[in-house]
Amino acid sequence: MLLNMKGITKSFPGVKALDNVDLELSEGEVLALLGENGAGKSTLMKILGGVYSKDQGQIFLRGKPVQINSPKESLEHGIGIIHQELSLLPHLSIMENIFLGRERVKRLNRIDWNYLKSRSEEILSHLGVKNIDVTKPVKDYGVAIGKMVEIARILSMDCHIIVMDEPTDTLTTQETEFLFNVIRQLKREGKGIVYISHKLNEIFEIADRVQVLRDGKNIGTVKVSETNSDELIQMMVGRKLEDKFPRVCVGTGKKILEVVNLQIPGILQNINFKLYSGEILGFSGLVGAGRTELAKTIFGVNKYSGEIIFEGRPVKIKSPQQAIEMGIVYLTEDRKQEALFFEHDVLFNMTISTLNDFVTATGRISKNREVREADGYIEKLNIRTPSLYERVINLSGGNQQKLLLARWMMTKPKVLILDEPTRGVDVGAKVEIYNIINQLKQRGIGIIVISSELPEILGICDRIIVMHNGRITGEFTHEEATQEEIMKCAVNL
Amino acid sequence: MNHTNLIARNRAVHNVLLKLRSVIGLLLLSAILSILSPRFLTYSNLLNVLRQTSLNAIIAVGMTFVILTGGIDLSVGSILAFSSAIAASMAHNNFSATIAILTGLLIGLLLGLINGLIVTQGNVPPFIATLAMMTMARGATLVYSNGQPITGLGEGFYLIGNGYIGQIPIPVIITIGVLLIAYYVLSQTRTGRYIYAVGSNENAAKLTGINIKMVKTLVYAISGFTAALSGIIITSRLNSAPPTAGSGAELDAIAAVVLGGTSLAGGEGHIAGTFIGALIIGVLNNGLNLLNVSSYYQQFVKGVVILIAVLLDRRKS
Repeated sequence: MLLNMKGITKSFPGVKALDNVDLELSEGEVLALLGENGAGKSTLMKILGGVYSKDQGQIFLRGKPVQINSPKESLEHGIGIIHQELSLLPHLSIMENIFLGRERVKRLNRIDWNYLKSRSEEILSHLGVKNIDVTKPVKDYGVAIGKMVEIARILSMDCHIIVMDEPTDTLTTQETEFLFNVIRQLKREGKGIVYISHKLNEIFEIADRVQVLRDGKNIGTVKVSETNSDELIQMMVGRKLEDKFPRVCVGTGKKILEVVNLQIPGILQNINFKLYSGEILGFSGLVGAGRTELAKTIFGVNKYSGEIIFEGRPVKIKSPQQAIEMGIVYLTEDRKQEALFFEHDVLFNMTISTLNDFVTATGRISKNREVREADGYIEKLNIRTPSLYERVINLSGGNQQKLLLARWMMTKPKVLILDEPTRGVDVGAKVEIYNIINQLKQRGIGIIVISSELPEILGICDRIIVMHNGRITGEFTHEEATQEEIMKCAVNL
Repeated sequence: MNHTNLIARNRAVHNVLLKLRSVIGLLLLSAILSILSPRFLTYSNLLNVLRQTSLNAIIAVGMTFVILTGGIDLSVGSILAFSSAIAASMAHNNFSATIAILTGLLIGLLLGLINGLIVTQGNVPPFIATLAMMTMARGATLVYSNGQPITGLGEGFYLIGNGYIGQIPIPVIITIGVLLIAYYVLSQTRTGRYIYAVGSNENAAKLTGINIKMVKTLVYAISGFTAALSGIIITSRLNSAPPTAGSGAELDAIAAVVLGGTSLAGGEGHIAGTFIGALIIGVLNNGLNLLNVSSYYQQFVKGVVILIAVLLDRRKS
């Protein structure tokens, strides 16, 4: 047994990310780690990689217990992790990337370029990468070569456990095939490989065993030869829908937004859908399916081709400013980077989009009117803050989210797009947010909810559209949707 | 309960001290100087300090707008020189003082606007854009004036830098006016909020519907305008526009802004702080002169004071 993780438990504030998870990996084995977004795959691998520390549990390498306290220690134990995004320095040469931080030096600390070059070529050709100039910068080659360089870097450090997180996400079919050949070779050499992916067909092609995680718990481990995709999907999503999703029924109103043949080369293909007032339309899919890009495009952030019809008129939306004026608003999935002004207080953050409403004839902002309006929303949405003058950085995730809902509600939108509306929000506040969304629905606002949490999508949406790889791959009504059907469309089975 | 109250009170006291830090620094500095030199605390000297400070304070007001958005303006000294040279040569050629001054101010505004457009439309980092403008405007000034000071400006031009209204010098009155307007814009208007928002989180500002290009262009235009205004006053006081006027002015202005507690990263700070910052530099200059410290040492001491102030500022976060 190469690697044995036993009883790994890890909590973050408010969430148990991993609950007593075991993992076993033998020499020459490819273990696929499968699970929905947020199931705990990444957290488990970050513990193995020394990025997070575990609360409980033990890690054994070849039967010996080890402590892994930092990424460096993890590498020293022979554990190499290849992340989803390339972590190379694009302007440095391939050989410098492979030996970054471990350059062999000659006298006077001069780098031994000849050694770096010959050793890099040796490792890469061993992987089957030939006809490549290792002295050229990484940026001159594509993503696939980048992955190979990362694997070469790990091999040059004598790693015997290799973790690959969604390695084929950005690769073409041919490049994927090449990567699989490399994986097969590593396998023959006795390396143990943990392969993280949601692509079921890849798992059946390359893995020996599959381990499924769900909500931080170990659901089971099966041999690939003894399972099928239906069983795996069942294992991934098979949780009970609890009744924590209040849903109200409103007769659907008139068509408010229609998207016709929307395209962004390489990102979105042929997107068509309609949104009605008084409706909650869910967008489901895996991370990277293009849902956020679609939402931002409708919000005027991206250039696009195709047509957007708003309230019966074709419109060209060129900026968020224009979208907001029309009545289309987008609440981001990334509050910290894209929404909040952390140096400033609740009041500043809440009214920033609607200052025009509080301006007097002389151009001054009427503080009285502003405070009165903001106080109203604090009460209505039950935003818990010591005062309007508290810095938003001191608010909990749920209250930050309610604050941002207030910001957009003040603009009196007709279309409200919510991207992961309950991410980083504790359970109690989640229900409060659903209730607010339902109230807005009853007022006749057309609402789009993007969510990676299937129960949420199934619980609150009237209609559900599923995306995969920049395309719409399925559409369901609330009544006909099931977790299994949605997941099939999300992985495009 | 008592304990938490005490902590809360301590924290409140601490916060007030933090906010007033630059004022305390100014008072401390003044106290030391009044002990060291009996002439420091005289009416005429304090008026002198105010008059000298006003030149830097006006530039620093514009600089505050720019720095609040997370930018920087290195070109203020050169814009000052160029707009002064134009105004001075017009006055020299018998245009009325009013026309000459207004033209000078307009030139400053325009050069600032160009800075803003280079930053927003050309996507050039503010440091580089204004560095280029700094060099270009200085070069243009030298070409225009043929390297010679422009003199002979006439009576009308004399007033703005040397006159009094009641007991108070006109430059001081102008400075107070500029400070009040800037305070009003930053704290009471939409534009002010947008400036803070852009500096605090540019991405979020964009996704909030703020026209960030307009906001950024505006602050550079304001900075160009205040630089020109300061230049007009200097020209009037010297009764001459030397082509080297305002060299190094950007550093004093940035120092005043930073001493006043405005974050160089943008999003945080206020105009009152900038005024205190300018006063600290003014008092320091004046005090070192009164104490007959050689100008070489003056430079050094100024640098040390700025460094200490910024290091103290670091500790708050």
